[in-house]
Amino acid sequence: MTQITRRDFLKLTGVATGGLLLPAGAAVAAGEIPVFALHKRIGEAASICPYCSVGCGLILAADKDGHVINVEGDPENPHNRGALDPKSIAVRQLANSPFRLRKILHRAPGAEDWTEMSWEEAIPKMARRIKDTRDATFETTDANGVRVNRTQGIAFLGGAANNNEDCYVAIKLVRALGLVNIEHQARI
Amino acid sequence: MTNHWIDIKNSDCILVIGSNPAENHPASMLWVNKARDERGAKLIVVDPRFNRSAAKADIYAPLRSGTDIAFIGGMVNYILENKLYHEEYVANFTNASFLVNPDYKGPAELEGYFSGYNAETRSYDRSTWAYQKDADGNIKRDPTLQDPQCVFQLLKKHYSRHTPDIVERVCGTPKEKFLEVVDTFAATGAPDKTGTIMYAMGTTQHTVGSQNVRSYAILQLLLGNIGRPGGGVNALRGESNVQGSTDMAVLFHIIPAYMNTPSAANHPTFQDYLEKETPPSGYWKNKPKFFVSLLKAWWGDHATADNDFAYDYLSKIAGNHSWISIFEDMYAGKVKGLWIMGQNPAVSGPNVRFERKALEKLEWMVIQELVETESVAFWKAPDVNPADIKTEVFALPASDAMEKQGTIVTSGRLIQYRPKVAEPPGEAREDIWMMDAIYQELKRLYEAEGGAFPDPIVHLNWWHGADFEKICQEINGYWAADTDEGKKGEMVVNFTKLKDDGTTACGNWIYSGYWYPAPDGEGNIMSASKRRGQKDPGGLGVYPYWGFSWPVNRRIIYNRCSADSNGNPWSPDKALIWWDGEKWTGYDVPDFGKTVGPDQPNFNDPFIMKTDGKSWIWAGLNEGPLPEHYEPVESPTKNLLSPLQNNPAIKLWDTASGQDIGDNVGTPDQYPIVCTTYRLVEHWQAGGMSRWLGWLAEAQPETFVEISEELAEEKGIKNGEKVIIKSARGNIQAVALVTARFRPMTIDGRKVHHIGLPWHYGWGGLAKGDSANVLTPHVGDANTMIPEYKAFLVDIEKT
Repeated sequence: MTQITRRDFLKLTGVATGGLLLPAGAAVAAGEIPVFALHKRIGEAASICPYCSVGCGLILAADKDGHVINVEGDPENPHNRGALDPKSIAVRQLANSPFRLRKILHRAPGAEDWTEMSWEEAIPKMARRIKDTRDATFETTDANGVRVNRTQGIAFLGGAANNNEDCYVAIKLVRALGLVNIEHQARI
Repeated sequence: MTNHWIDIKNSDCILVIGSNPAENHPASMLWVNKARDERGAKLIVVDPRFNRSAAKADIYAPLRSGTDIAFIGGMVNYILENKLYHEEYVANFTNASFLVNPDYKGPAELEGYFSGYNAETRSYDRSTWAYQKDADGNIKRDPTLQDPQCVFQLLKKHYSRHTPDIVERVCGTPKEKFLEVVDTFAATGAPDKTGTIMYAMGTTQHTVGSQNVRSYAILQLLLGNIGRPGGGVNALRGESNVQGSTDMAVLFHIIPAYMNTPSAANHPTFQDYLEKETPPSGYWKNKPKFFVSLLKAWWGDHATADNDFAYDYLSKIAGNHSWISIFEDMYAGKVKGLWIMGQNPAVSGPNVRFERKALEKLEWMVIQELVETESVAFWKAPDVNPADIKTEVFALPASDAMEKQGTIVTSGRLIQYRPKVAEPPGEAREDIWMMDAIYQELKRLYEAEGGAFPDPIVHLNWWHGADFEKICQEINGYWAADTDEGKKGEMVVNFTKLKDDGTTACGNWIYSGYWYPAPDGEGNIMSASKRRGQKDPGGLGVYPYWGFSWPVNRRIIYNRCSADSNGNPWSPDKALIWWDGEKWTGYDVPDFGKTVGPDQPNFNDPFIMKTDGKSWIWAGLNEGPLPEHYEPVESPTKNLLSPLQNNPAIKLWDTASGQDIGDNVGTPDQYPIVCTTYRLVEHWQAGGMSRWLGWLAEAQPETFVEISEELAEEKGIKNGEKVIIKSARGNIQAVALVTARFRPMTIDGRKVHHIGLPWHYGWGGLAKGDSANVLTPHVGDANTMIPEYKAFLVDIEKT
């Protein structure tokens, strides 16, 4: 049997490009990767843990339907060199949790429970709420006649577990809407 | 962090205070242990509780929660008296030599106040804290550090009250233990040694939180530990990307990359903003370039020199819109709509019964989440009647971290990329997709109907839509016009290219370069944040080819300080950068002008972001130029350092006080026990990412409170029994965990009990329990408004 190190295996399966790739191609053909009769084909990719701020490396394995089926430490990440804590080991339970929200849920004022909604219904309803509140509470100038162009009627909170790009787009939008009540986990 | 995680291995002494890295940043212990195994470094843990980090420590010292300044002040006093400070570093790299206004008076003379206090506004006029200047406007200095008005001597005088005896009486730390701590840590004042301070929310979540951090900075500057391998003042930040979300300024008072949000009071016009916000010297003098490039990124072709780059489109703040203020406004009905992107305030907010009540007054809520947290379902919490709550709620299913690509930033300022690995469940979408969809609809509505000042919305430069690659390019920065340095649309290499004339656009100047192609040290070129290069030239754990560290891939900031006043490394095994006769070179990107040599007047001005180039031992914050001990708002004792009990600059909220749910403050006669809150390795913050997961719920299923054996005996409480913990803001139930990890403290000769509990729990999920934040107070730090979660008063009894 061909001896192959973990690092070489990851290299050959394309982890270095960050892509979700299944073992295939020339490396397989050349007999460098042992191919077993697997009943499930999976691919692996290097990621970063979503819990604390050390930024440990994970190797996530997902099947062809995009379900996470395994998580291990990434030996190439210099922060943790493959070691993980209880949360990062459990993180695939987050991806696959039966408690994950799968539908847009709507609760009418005073209602006892949720109803489901589609994105096509929800987006216009939310935009309407945002616009109406903004327009009703918008201050063009303040008491001293300074141009302020703001609304204090809407607040935005979150999120420190979001990606930089998520946060950037969010802040660009809410600042453009004129919000000043903007906060998140960093404050508390 | 001024340094970074792996750098901890270079330390000779690690002081853990206000944090619990073994519990909350477990992988950091790899580096702590490496320092101990390979360098013989000592680990010191100072904490109210013998926690998981203490279990690994060489020295554990108990500290009453809220008394860091008294403790650190004691260390400063000891170090000054015994001349353990790093003299050449202090004299050259800090403002120790600067002379202060002779009218300055400190708390020892003014019964706890600094000179300039205004009792009506609860604020200070800082003019007596200012430096003396000569006829040319230069700061007067005494390089010998002898002048009684120099910062060094004022520092000495200020902390002369902090004897080991006072430390024992205030902090509850036995004298011998305190001396052991200071002797061990002060050894890093030797030029060839460095020590690091690892701190977190135990430091910041106090009404004196900012000054707590200042005290660590002063300590580290005296010992010459800043800007050096194995040194630094290192915040162990909480969430995986709280550093990024902070850099992106999801906060009221800043816009991306630490520029101030324009305020109505200070910046009515664009010119006002540039004048007030641009210092005459230091690297921040380039602020106009960063500010204009941001405006250009946001309003594109609608931001031109003719309209002050759309300055008016940016809303101006009215005052303080921080977390507590927002919930006060919400309670008062002023905030009508709340939009949440991944946060659970119904568990994490201070005085959480008050904050939950505030949520109930909302007209609407939009919340992007992974599971049905207590905030998503606040309207059907166990103790509320949904019919009474008129809030319309939209719960939007969101992709988790594995289901979208993106970059996040570690506590060490290191940006790392992660790809999309999995598909989100059902209708769940990425946050960027949601933002884009909502924006497009808002734009359509404003174009169709008009409304209040639509311009900032309809003119928003939303060229990127939900396209990840384009968003990254904008954050990185790009040329907004063809110039002789770059073509329109191409990315800029880093922030040194940014201009204030509208030819560049950049969403976040400190990230500039993060997406620009860079080599990985192994022959490949890719976006800098995607790099996985394994090389570590110099062996200091810098790993310059792994990811991208802001700014400009610099790993240790202030690293000019890693070399002495001649440009030579203080010690060969911690040689990071040095002057080679022509330029600065070494293993890190110099945080200094590359060609600034010994013949230049600023050769010894390492702190390039400061106007004077020096680090600030003396620095004005809202409550003073030096950290002064004040008791937490709820305290078991009177202040022993001065007659002034609490921080005189904090804001005291007073809504519905005296009522069951309100801004209530407790007194020691009703609530004699000091309580603190903390976290567990098995759970994560407000629980949305852990309490719904089977393995983690099994490991830590419910709320418990840790109490000492002595307190258990006094109250007749047995280990495992349910108990009630009461504060002025509410009662909760928890399982009693009777342990030796807490011991009663002796505060000013009196026995005071100290307990603590994890705050992760809520009524939802698999692991349920009462929320510790029912107990915490609605009061915050005088500078940051971070709530005082870590020190408050309670009582405890059997159920």
